[in-house]
Amino acid sequence: MKNLLKKKTTRTDFLTYLGVIVVFVIMFALQQGDMLKNSTQGMLVPVCCFVVMAVSLNLTVGILGELSLGHAGFMSVGAFSGIIAAMSLEQTIPSDLARLIIAIVVGAICAAIAGFIVGVPVLRLQGDYLAIVTLAFGEIIKELINCLIVGYDENGLHVMFNLSGKLSVENLNMTENGVAIIKGAQGAVGVDKLATFPMGFVLVMLCLVIVLNLVRSRTGRAILSIRDNRIAAESVGINVTKYRLMAFVISAAMAGSAGALFGLNYSTLSSTRFDFNTSILVLVYVVLGGLGNIWGSIIAAVVLYVLPEALREFNDYRMLAYAVVLILVMLATNNERFKAAPSRVIPKRRKGAAVNG
Amino acid sequence: MKKKSVLAAAMAGAMCMGLLAGCGGKGGDTADGNTFKIGTIGPLTGDNAIYGNAVANGAQIAVDEINALGGDIQLSLKAEDDVAAADTAVNAYNTLKDWGMQVLVGPTTSGSSIAVASEANADRMFMLTPSGSSADITEGKDNVFQVCFTDPNQGTAAADYISTNMPDSKIAIIYQNDIDYSQGIRNTFAAEAEEKGLEIVSEGTFTADTATDFSVQLTAAQAAGADLLFLPIYYQEASVILNQAKTMGFAPTVFGVDGMDGILTLPGFDTSLAEGVMLLTPFSADAEDEKTQNFVSEYQDRFGEIPNQFAADAYDAVYIVYEGLKAAGCTADMSYEDICEALVGQITTMSFDGLTGADMTWEATGEVSKAPMAVVIKDGAYVLP
Amino acid sequence: MTEFLNYLISGISLGSVYAIIALGYTMVYGIAKMLNFAHGDVIMVGGYVSFCAVFYLDLPGWLATILAIIVCTVLGVVIEGLAYKPLRQAGTLAVLITAIGVSYFLQNAAQLIWGTSTKSYASVMPGNLSLGGVTIPYISILTIAACLIIMVVLTQFINRSKLGKAMRACSEDKGAAQLMGIHVNRTISMTFAIGSALAAIAGVLLCSSYTTLNPTTGSMPGIKAFTAAVFGGIGSIPGAFLGGILLGVIESMAKAYLSSALANSIVFAVLIIVLLVRPAGLLGKYVPEKV
Repeated sequence: MKNLLKKKTTRTDFLTYLGVIVVFVIMFALQQGDMLKNSTQGMLVPVCCFVVMAVSLNLTVGILGELSLGHAGFMSVGAFSGIIAAMSLEQTIPSDLARLIIAIVVGAICAAIAGFIVGVPVLRLQGDYLAIVTLAFGEIIKELINCLIVGYDENGLHVMFNLSGKLSVENLNMTENGVAIIKGAQGAVGVDKLATFPMGFVLVMLCLVIVLNLVRSRTGRAILSIRDNRIAAESVGINVTKYRLMAFVISAAMAGSAGALFGLNYSTLSSTRFDFNTSILVLVYVVLGGLGNIWGSIIAAVVLYVLPEALREFNDYRMLAYAVVLILVMLATNNERFKAAPSRVIPKRRKGAAVNG
Repeated sequence: MKKKSVLAAAMAGAMCMGLLAGCGGKGGDTADGNTFKIGTIGPLTGDNAIYGNAVANGAQIAVDEINALGGDIQLSLKAEDDVAAADTAVNAYNTLKDWGMQVLVGPTTSGSSIAVASEANADRMFMLTPSGSSADITEGKDNVFQVCFTDPNQGTAAADYISTNMPDSKIAIIYQNDIDYSQGIRNTFAAEAEEKGLEIVSEGTFTADTATDFSVQLTAAQAAGADLLFLPIYYQEASVILNQAKTMGFAPTVFGVDGMDGILTLPGFDTSLAEGVMLLTPFSADAEDEKTQNFVSEYQDRFGEIPNQFAADAYDAVYIVYEGLKAAGCTADMSYEDICEALVGQITTMSFDGLTGADMTWEATGEVSKAPMAVVIKDGAYVLP
Repeated sequence: MTEFLNYLISGISLGSVYAIIALGYTMVYGIAKMLNFAHGDVIMVGGYVSFCAVFYLDLPGWLATILAIIVCTVLGVVIEGLAYKPLRQAGTLAVLITAIGVSYFLQNAAQLIWGTSTKSYASVMPGNLSLGGVTIPYISILTIAACLIIMVVLTQFINRSKLGKAMRACSEDKGAAQLMGIHVNRTISMTFAIGSALAAIAGVLLCSSYTTLNPTTGSMPGIKAFTAAVFGGIGSIPGAFLGGILLGVIESMAKAYLSSALANSIVFAVLIIVLLVRPAGLLGKYVPEKV
């Protein structure tokens, strides 16, 4: 064990796990002891969701090295499929926890399928062209879900695409006991709030284990080599398409699980919540936390999710202040002159590896 | 990466300070003396900021007026931003609870209202939304009430009005299919129109992302021979449609719902374009009565704009809460649960005259009953047809 | 048939607005190699400035446009100097996120300055031309004309003038350009100045066609124009024009004949298909990677 921990990467991995566990234990104890503000308590689950989102997008952007501007689309697929699963099993499976787990799994699977469908054409492209196509898929997913009408009754699920805009829940022809789960433009309404903070923690840990182990594995090294030099990777016999697609699908699946948890935390959810701006928001977490830097993503996601809430005292200037903070942080972390300032205070500084988990 | 870890640790440390409730204990401090704490939620920034700010401003005027009366009931108001997103609205609601909110006059938009209503129902916080119009907001929640009409209500009322007054119209509808307000009104309108035997010749939709150009929908409506254009949408898009219809030389009768209110006061809008537009609205800034006149001039003085119906709804909502608190004999040291029970009992038995309707009453379901008023725009002002 | 022509014309009108925004996008991308997400918001500022000039100062449309051009050019140079210049050596993603920060900043600043309420923009050129059942708004003719003129002038400028050559040199290789005595920073600043001036013109024309104005007016057309620029091959000036017009026509046709609810999805689906067939866009140069 001691030998193992001597390796720098392993050490940072364990520290990352440890940090997440310690924070969870503290927050959970405070929550149980009723010591948290209402606002903090309300943010526990969404913070977990966005941490998972940031970690999963980091897999695509930081580790695979492809800019994705449509990650919220996968979150959306996961959220709505998770909601459908949880709501339609309400009668059959009474246990909330079991339904929550099923919803997360269903969300992850559906998002993975979506990731595969999107990934096959998208990954043929590169750079900014790839970015714009992911943006396009994100918007398409948003509009398709916006047209979706889903209900459930004894006869099973009723699904309908409101392409003409002329259909409504009544057209599903459900029996009297039927429940409308997704009502088109209105989105999902009357969702059971199943999400819990411990579940959020489990999900974060699970994603961390998956991503960190993936990065340190043979597969991970293959993915990293594709990022660093695709042609060289190809020439040593790495199946570029396979590994790129693999990373992309895993990333989508994790986003889907985050979406399912997020969707089941509120009584209503509309597809416009997962628009381009949400994708960008998650991208900001990843870039600010450091590309390929997993624990950086975690901290950036937590801080930046909480920041607009913490800035509420500024009232109308809230989002303006957020924008200024964002620009300043980007300048501070990426400008040579700014960067040089702290090293004068802390003289000895090793150049960090690109991926230090 | 040492520097980064220092920076990150500092940021994380700073965050932690804010997360804990002062020195432990939650629920915030109880209100001091006789001041009730009223919270409101709405999009104060972002795409829909106009609605959230109107609600916050309208409510503020009502609060100041009530405080100026110097009675036993004093109010303090706090508005929180939700950028019209349901999850942010829940955050805003929790922040207001930390502040010690006792009554919630909000949220502004339907999606946020649905999400917050289920929280408020679980917490037993009295909630009165000024402008959340979806029927799902109040459904199954005994302590949630609305000031504005519900969407189904408006669609039906519009179809009824048209079938009584213009039964032979060939109707075209243009609506926004990614907001439930517009889609909801369209659905009930179409259902009622079918019942009444009205003829709908063309329907066109748009989304927030394609709200730039309506010439295709207008061309289709014109080609179908429509002579009445039903627009269950907000006035910003409606103003573009009127503009583009005029450019095309297409001049049907235009019929709108309460979202159309505000079109006359749109800065820079050529009001002659709206000549002859009919709309169902509970509020008109041009109404002659003293109450409306005072409100409009006060609003203009303070905020430099003419109030729309969102502001009027919020103004009414604060007064409804005030009347309710007064009649139920609530005191500011009561917990929000107790205030909620008192107000729920009170609101279902009282009737209220406000800017947005006379003799408003509430069912136990939370829906308001008031008469919609059809007006027509003539010489840049609302007149009764 | 008349209907079809009308749909086609509304598509071209819409497309011309996308095209004029895309020209600014592609220009900045071509030289500075950055996705300037704040471009849409500079357009919004241009719209507000010209609105205020007409509405409060009673200036004529052309003067308001010139005022908007001046304000936006200054704004563009200031943004570039404060937010982008310090990141010249940083990765493209860092610059992208900063651009997003600038975009948030402009939107929220506009809200604080001009208020949240929507403004109704009076078209600088109202009215339309009617040709036997087919109506063409004057503003569309003006927009297309402006697009063509800007396209020709820009191409000539970049290919012929000294500054244009410097720009192309910077675009090819910043380091080598600097060694050849080109002032890289100043050249890139100039690019932003020109891009922002174009944004101001686009703002006036966008708001004249789509007659409302609020702090987020620029964002969606900005994204669409970005799509248009990629569609035509990002960095290519004729490509931006072609991409914009095609995007507008596809959007209108989709609305008219397929599904108005999914118009945007159809546009994006076409984009995806085009990019799969031509990975660098319609007129973009595909540069195969070499070892």
